[in-house]
Amino acid sequence: MRFVDEYRDPVAARALVARITELAGDTHFKFMEVCGGHTHTIYRHGIEHVLPSTVELVHGPGCPVCVIPMGRVDDAIAVAETPGVIFTSFGDMMRVPGGHGNLLEAKARGADVRFVYSPLDALKIAVDNPAKHVVFFAVGFETTAPSTAVTLVRAKALGVQNFSVFCNHVTIVPPIKAILESPDLRLDGFLGPGHVSTVVGTRPYRFVPEVYGKPLVVAGFEPLDILATVHMLLQQIRDGRCEVENQYGRVVREEGNVAALKLLGETMQLRPHFEWRGLGFISQSALKINDDYAEFDAEERFSMPGIRVADPKACQCGEVLKGVIKPWECKVFGTACTPETPIGTCMVSPEGACAAYYNFGRMHREAAEMVGQTAGA
Amino acid sequence: MCLGIPGQVVSLGEGHEHLARVDVSGVGRIINVGLLEDEALEVGDWVLIHVGFAMAKIDEEEAAMALASLQMMGGAFTDEVDAFFTAPSAGGAAPRPVPR
Repeated sequence: MRFVDEYRDPVAARALVARITELAGDTHFKFMEVCGGHTHTIYRHGIEHVLPSTVELVHGPGCPVCVIPMGRVDDAIAVAETPGVIFTSFGDMMRVPGGHGNLLEAKARGADVRFVYSPLDALKIAVDNPAKHVVFFAVGFETTAPSTAVTLVRAKALGVQNFSVFCNHVTIVPPIKAILESPDLRLDGFLGPGHVSTVVGTRPYRFVPEVYGKPLVVAGFEPLDILATVHMLLQQIRDGRCEVENQYGRVVREEGNVAALKLLGETMQLRPHFEWRGLGFISQSALKINDDYAEFDAEERFSMPGIRVADPKACQCGEVLKGVIKPWECKVFGTACTPETPIGTCMVSPEGACAAYYNFGRMHREAAEMVGQTAGA
Repeated sequence: MCLGIPGQVVSLGEGHEHLARVDVSGVGRIINVGLLEDEALEVGDWVLIHVGFAMAKIDEEEAAMALASLQMMGGAFTDEVDAFFTAPSAGGAAPRPVPR
């Protein structure tokens, strides 16, 4: 494929790596990629082994499946097991463990749990099953939240009485802020998320350079996008600049998707605080359905346990999500915790750092070690 | 869920005004394009689809790259595309193949 080859051109990659090596010099730089899609590209293409040893990429909390706390999964299961309920969820969430198993196990016990591709599919199930109450398990950053917003508007317009949303949408800016405030992590800049930014645009990240003095470059998902973004970050630092730049301009606009943001504002509001797996409670970091749409809020309709469940002791998802440790440094990685039998959420979603590393990264790492290469050699 | 799937608009105004039929790797599905109403979408345009919604208009080059990246993801992509085609269609119409 012509276009793809341009973004995977080894000659261009080598030229970029040479520039990156030169710009980094003898200083060690640590950049965080916030988005799980970037983590996937990095492991899939072995980018960490192409970069010089002076440039380290750490993986951030940008996988919405990975950051849902176990207590919320238990709440979802409680709703799913309520008689008369059809519980609908994205496939990604089905195997995410709560304190009392996962949704697939609830389905095996007899709950009517169905996977859907889109929240509108859930609404259609409600229309088709007037005798049942259909709940949609809404998760995701601003990438998927607008689709829930459209669905709420549509449900109201259609006058659907038997549909509600268990809203777990989260927002991208607060966790970045939490990471910047975290004392155990020193970062030199961020590879900004790609798909979320198609909705929110690039303006919400301005606080990163302005308040915290770190550069942020919104990045695309091709291997050369990642390298070009690292190059832009280093160039900023070497030029003495510190700003938000957009490497993914072919998709992301400064103002984002204005229609989507407007709909979000009309249907949802910020929660005072929300628990993130591994990051703890972060204020104003998640969305709830607003009063105008309260009739569609599953949290208003159902009594949920709402019990906070501590992560399993052996699981170090929290440290992985904050980029404090690499996936393979977790004690249970690849042994007790695998994509087939995940203990932690980072192993469940294909975009989770642990699953991405388990599926792809370790092969690159083992191959690199076998031929005696060190990173950047 | 987070994977953006590129699709090409085959027809607009399916069922109600915010629906469009798109072609993804030769298979058709109805998606919602209401969030791109300021973009003056036309038949032949490419869009990036998240959970049944077009979230951004993209060019053919970006679409080709996104599709190739997704195909490299193997299982994750297969699961997402399976979900895309087998789940009940967002517009209410049953999915049917688009003739090529």
